[in-house]
Amino acid sequence: MTRTLVNVPKTARRGDVVEIRAMIAHPMETGYRNGPDGAAIPRRIIHRFTCTYGGEEVFAADFHPAVGANPYVAFSTVAIESSTLTFTWIEDGGAVHAATAEIAVD
Amino acid sequence: MPHRPISERRPMPSGVPSSLPRRGVLALGAASLLVLSRPRAALARPSLEAALAAFTGGAPVHDGRVRLDIPPLVENGNAVGVTVSVDSPMAASDHVTRIALFNEKNPQAEVAVFHLGPRAGQARVATRIRLATSQTVLAVAQMSDGTFWASRASVIVTLAACIEDLT
Repeated sequence: MTRTLVNVPKTARRGDVVEIRAMIAHPMETGYRNGPDGAAIPRRIIHRFTCTYGGEEVFAADFHPAVGANPYVAFSTVAIESSTLTFTWIEDGGAVHAATAEIAVD
Repeated sequence: MPHRPISERRPMPSGVPSSLPRRGVLALGAASLLVLSRPRAALARPSLEAALAAFTGGAPVHDGRVRLDIPPLVENGNAVGVTVSVDSPMAASDHVTRIALFNEKNPQAEVAVFHLGPRAGQARVATRIRLATSQTVLAVAQMSDGTFWASRASVIVTLAACIEDLT
């Protein structure tokens, strides 16, 4: 299981803009490097990140190899209801990593 | 004017027949070395313009409304913090739909594309990118009315990313 780290405020007032930060431990191998034996290391990156809030997608990102290792992204959303935020990272080859966080809105 | 006999001419210093051709040869050698040691031209990559056109679909890109925060001088090109904010009310009728980051000299022109909507509340995203060398970074935002706005910043990189190998 790849290590993920998400930062969502535990509580918020309805209508607040809350900042969300998400990171995943991943080498983001660019495909432009050579290994110790001189052979090219194949590309393996997280190419897609999505965040859903109460089942609706509120943010997504397409990554290219120029995104740094352990891809980090910070964005924002409006707190509209107490619900679950689901974070998904999709790797080259189709492996999916996920994380969730709860937010209480009053 | 009568010529002096050859024996009366001053002899050239031994071992140096003439300094001018020698300098010429040295200069030629140095020039050819420069030519040989010039780094191989970067592998063909889609240009920034081509990548931008693929993103905008050929629509005109205006300057303004986008703020690109990136340090002007970075020590390590492997992780350069970037923040893009766009001047937009983020209402259902007027919001940012996409923000794209491009670079000028990495092996690929695209860096990332962020998809936003009115539920974002504010048009502001941050991430960390790789820069292979000192170059210009371009941020482009697409609005819900279909217009594109851009901002660019030049960055000096002292330790490059992407091109190091593990040997």
